[in-house]
Amino acid sequence: MGSKRTSRRELLKTSAALAGGLTTGAVAPALGQTHDHASGQPPAQVNPMIMGSKELIEYGQRSRYVTSVRIPHPIGGRPSPDAFGKVFHVASPLQDSVGVITPSSLHYVATTRGSYMPDIDPKQHTLMIHGLVDRPLTFTMDDLKRLPSVTRLHFIECAGNRHNGRQRTVQETHGMTSCAEWTGVLLSTLLKECGLKGSATWFVAEGAEEVKGASSMPIAKAMDDCIIAYGMNGEAVRPQQGYPVRIIPPGFEGIFHTKYLRRIKVVDRYYMNYNDFGHLDKDAEEAALGFQIGPKSVITYPSGTQQLPGRGFYEIRGLAWSGGGAVKTVEVSVDGGKKWNLAQFTSTPQRMAHARFTFPWNWDGTETEILSRATDEIGQVQPLREQIAQWWNVPVERNYRVPGLDNSIMPWKIAKDGSVTNGLA
Amino acid sequence: MASLRLVTILLLTSAGLLGSSAFAQSPTYGVGRTPTAEEIRALDISIGPTGEELPPGRGTAKEGAQVYQEQGCVACHGEAGIGGPPQLGAPALKSKKGQDVPIWQRERILPLRAPFATTVWDFIHRGMPLGREGTLTADQVYALTAYLLFLNQVIPEDQVLDKESLPKVKMPIGDHYGRLPDWKPGTRRLEGYPY
Repeated sequence: MGSKRTSRRELLKTSAALAGGLTTGAVAPALGQTHDHASGQPPAQVNPMIMGSKELIEYGQRSRYVTSVRIPHPIGGRPSPDAFGKVFHVASPLQDSVGVITPSSLHYVATTRGSYMPDIDPKQHTLMIHGLVDRPLTFTMDDLKRLPSVTRLHFIECAGNRHNGRQRTVQETHGMTSCAEWTGVLLSTLLKECGLKGSATWFVAEGAEEVKGASSMPIAKAMDDCIIAYGMNGEAVRPQQGYPVRIIPPGFEGIFHTKYLRRIKVVDRYYMNYNDFGHLDKDAEEAALGFQIGPKSVITYPSGTQQLPGRGFYEIRGLAWSGGGAVKTVEVSVDGGKKWNLAQFTSTPQRMAHARFTFPWNWDGTETEILSRATDEIGQVQPLREQIAQWWNVPVERNYRVPGLDNSIMPWKIAKDGSVTNGLA
Repeated sequence: MASLRLVTILLLTSAGLLGSSAFAQSPTYGVGRTPTAEEIRALDISIGPTGEELPPGRGTAKEGAQVYQEQGCVACHGEAGIGGPPQLGAPALKSKKGQDVPIWQRERILPLRAPFATTVWDFIHRGMPLGREGTLTADQVYALTAYLLFLNQVIPEDQVLDKESLPKVKMPIGDHYGRLPDWKPGTRRLEGYPY
């Protein structure tokens, strides 16, 4: 009996760890029952019933034992919501994520200027396309939904998604990225309907929120793969994500993904809007690195503040993505970067989408550091901070700031006692 | 049958919408309506570097100083743009560093570092004042733009800004900023950069 209890406790511990951050409470009763059934004993307790309600029937909700939530970003920064009810920056709980889709409720949120979320009546909302086109056109939401549609997985990442030694969890280091399934009409479909003039080289995408956030993007991007998205993860885009419609320019920095899209103006030059001013750099090379996102990955399990119960088997898991296309390979090191091993993908990596990688690992109980490195389909490789500094020919100091969006390799330190901490600390 | 009908509808629709000018690319679906010139003007708040979209109106720094007080800009941005209470999070709008300091070593202040004065006009017009965005008249925006450029010693106090003069203002940054690379599908973020 005593030994049985011990083995069961071991099983619970391991399962909780494998679940990657799910609380023990959430899995314990179910596993306990399975075990009891297997041994032919009656269940120790009957689970209470979740009472049906109108809300649960109409729009379900997760178990009360699942407590994973978003947090304001960065830690100690501007609060969300603030005193006026505005949302600023909110990070996604990557440590609890499974698969490649971020639930809409947990998708990261960022705003240009801490703008408020407009409560838009879709019947009143229109998208106007004008400028260097043969026929300016105004589309209602119903118009957009009549046109040929696409559904694609795409990540979005905020330029502020930078990891440093002061952060503790992967939510703090990398939570300003998420991946959703977006549905909408290709911008190229709309622009062909309007007829592009030969002088068209850039376009400006503008939102309907109070600050009317707008960014300039190359017309080549518009004709390649931009989605005018009204659907997200199988339902309407959420207000925090730009209801009723936003633009998805896959692989470009988050700020280019204009929400509440109301207007697209086709122009013949970079328009230097306020958002564009935010990208202004002294150096052309540095400016380029703040535009299209590079190859990046991070181990989400085990990650900062998690606890390994003891030596033995663990499946290392993480997310990898790139603005340059699909992720081609991910390598994992479990010895501080001396040896790199090829990781597996849980599903085929898509262009400009999170890919979930796994690597089987037997921890021998010694202190070590685990890292991951992504390579994308056009051959860009995720670098160490030291490699970036070397390319720029500057010394790599403790608080070295990576130019452009920070896609450097993230180390997690595993201590002898199984505690996991930020390797940059 | 259905596809034949669709083709017929598409042909009819295209034929109906084909004007004399639209020849190279005719609409495929015929969805969406043509906005009027007035609708476009009302929505088009993008002011590009040439200033072609600027409305009529005018303003000077002196007038702008008054608008700055009346519209409450002072509450968040402080007296003469020196910066307001930090908890409000609004940026200072006047440089504390001298003209002799290179522009990239001076503060990141819109009416100082922007490559075009049109960007300053555009942002005040679309994004200010907080909570009453888009309510300023064209004259008020010209005046505020002149005031902020004057505070940063970009233009003299008596210069009149209007549709003609605003795009011609020489900003201190000149040509000294990085241009984005020519983006094409499948290109690396930066040519020659392995990461």
